[in-house]
Amino acid sequence: MIPLSGNIDNAKGIVRENLGSFETRRGTSTLKRGFAHMLKNGVVMDVTTVEQAQIAEDAGAVAVMVLDKLPADVRKAGGVARTASIRIIEEIMDSITIPVMAKCRIGHVYEARVLEATDVDMIDESEVLTPADEFHHIWKWDFTTPFVNGARNLGEALRRIEEGAAMIRTKGEPGTGNVAEAVIHIKNVNTELRRIKSIYDAGDEQDLVSMARELKVSYSLVEETASLGRLPVVNFAAGGISTPADAAYLMTLGCDGIFVGSGIFKSDDAKERAQAVVLATTFWEDPDKVKEAQKLVDERQSMLGLDTKNLELRMQERGSTA
Amino acid sequence: MSGINIGILAVQGDVAENVSATRMAMDDLGVEGIVSEVKNPEQIADLDGLIIPGGESTVIGTLSLVNGSLKKIKEKIASGMPVLGTCAGMILLSKKIKDRVVGEMEQPLLDYLDIQIERNTFGRQKESFEADISLEKIGIPKFRGVFIRAPSVIDTGKNVEVLSKIDEKIVAVKQGNIIGTSFHPELTEDLSIHKYFVNLVQKKN
Repeated sequence: MIPLSGNIDNAKGIVRENLGSFETRRGTSTLKRGFAHMLKNGVVMDVTTVEQAQIAEDAGAVAVMVLDKLPADVRKAGGVARTASIRIIEEIMDSITIPVMAKCRIGHVYEARVLEATDVDMIDESEVLTPADEFHHIWKWDFTTPFVNGARNLGEALRRIEEGAAMIRTKGEPGTGNVAEAVIHIKNVNTELRRIKSIYDAGDEQDLVSMARELKVSYSLVEETASLGRLPVVNFAAGGISTPADAAYLMTLGCDGIFVGSGIFKSDDAKERAQAVVLATTFWEDPDKVKEAQKLVDERQSMLGLDTKNLELRMQERGSTA
Repeated sequence: MSGINIGILAVQGDVAENVSATRMAMDDLGVEGIVSEVKNPEQIADLDGLIIPGGESTVIGTLSLVNGSLKKIKEKIASGMPVLGTCAGMILLSKKIKDRVVGEMEQPLLDYLDIQIERNTFGRQKESFEADISLEKIGIPKFRGVFIRAPSVIDTGKNVEVLSKIDEKIVAVKQGNIIGTSFHPELTEDLSIHKYFVNLVQKKN
């Protein structure tokens, strides 16, 4: 059974149709969130080509995320970053059996419609691309395809869930090879969850109402989340993860799984690193096994990485006011 | 130790949902025992029953091969241990698979259930669906099937009993003490299938 707080039963994205003599429903919260549940304890890898997608699948990725450029290259290139070429997404969908995700710009309803029509398995409304609407995210209940969104804190996470996100990930600071921001974001979420949980346990409804105002989200979603003591959807780590130990560390902080962006295919030992990050994510509770995984990679082959203090572009701030 | 010991293979996928469904099924039935997440061969050796959850079958298979769990599960199945495989779990239990788009494929399998699987048979995630189905043969006339990028069974050997079909596609099978479903009983509130499995383990024990 999966928690369905903030569910909308008559959402526009739900399709009723018949399969032979069977009545079916597609695009329900159970199906969208359930899809994310199947990814738990797994690694989703950013890829830009069919070849990279095959390396990811062979290494044991649970899904791939197709981009035009890896986040580190988006940062370097500047200009406007948009959704990937549909032709490449389709080629990748035809060559591997694991789920294929793709990114659209924040608020860009029609890029998302195009990705849905392409039949990708999940859409990432992502701060890595240049936002199309700084003030409104996509109303994701209108779609049959599930969405994942980034969040830096509980308020952002719950607002995205209220808009229909079926999965949350930390934003971190993409394309930096630096895990520090992702660590801050998951700790923010955990601290705030503990806070609303303790208010809920104390039975202080008044304080819970003021939390809902502070988080800018409906009271009922805050109340249900507080009673669960965790986000009502699957929550992955993302942004700056580049080594097996990075992945294992984020798993210890309570993440349900890992997104690796530039960390793998901007390194010089992508194949070994892809396998190593999967091993470390699976066996994160066992330091000996994570050591074995870490041994598969060479630090001299890691992407160089950036100090997140002096960045000209902080992708994580995109879409955070909404 | 009193009672039965049911493990949920905890490599990847929706492990926690199966732990809680099995726990609730045992409590409802008043069956004594433990439910635990298992990852390595030593833990699997002690089990009376195993559930292989939903997830990505390629990932669960490859990683279970790496640490020897796959071999241990094969031995336990040969000695009669009941296993329930949901979605990816059913794929792992099977002998032969192909993908609807990619075609024939090679991935680590338990090679026991005498069935051929077609992966992603209904299409991609957008085509995932819920529907009421029936498993009359095991006393469950109505069950909410949650099909997520689900596989179906396209061929069965003579020892395989078909438990359920949707639109002529086989979506649940049983061979001896091994049950496979295309759908995810662990994502619904209905515990009937988990209860049936607990009873199977209890009887075998």
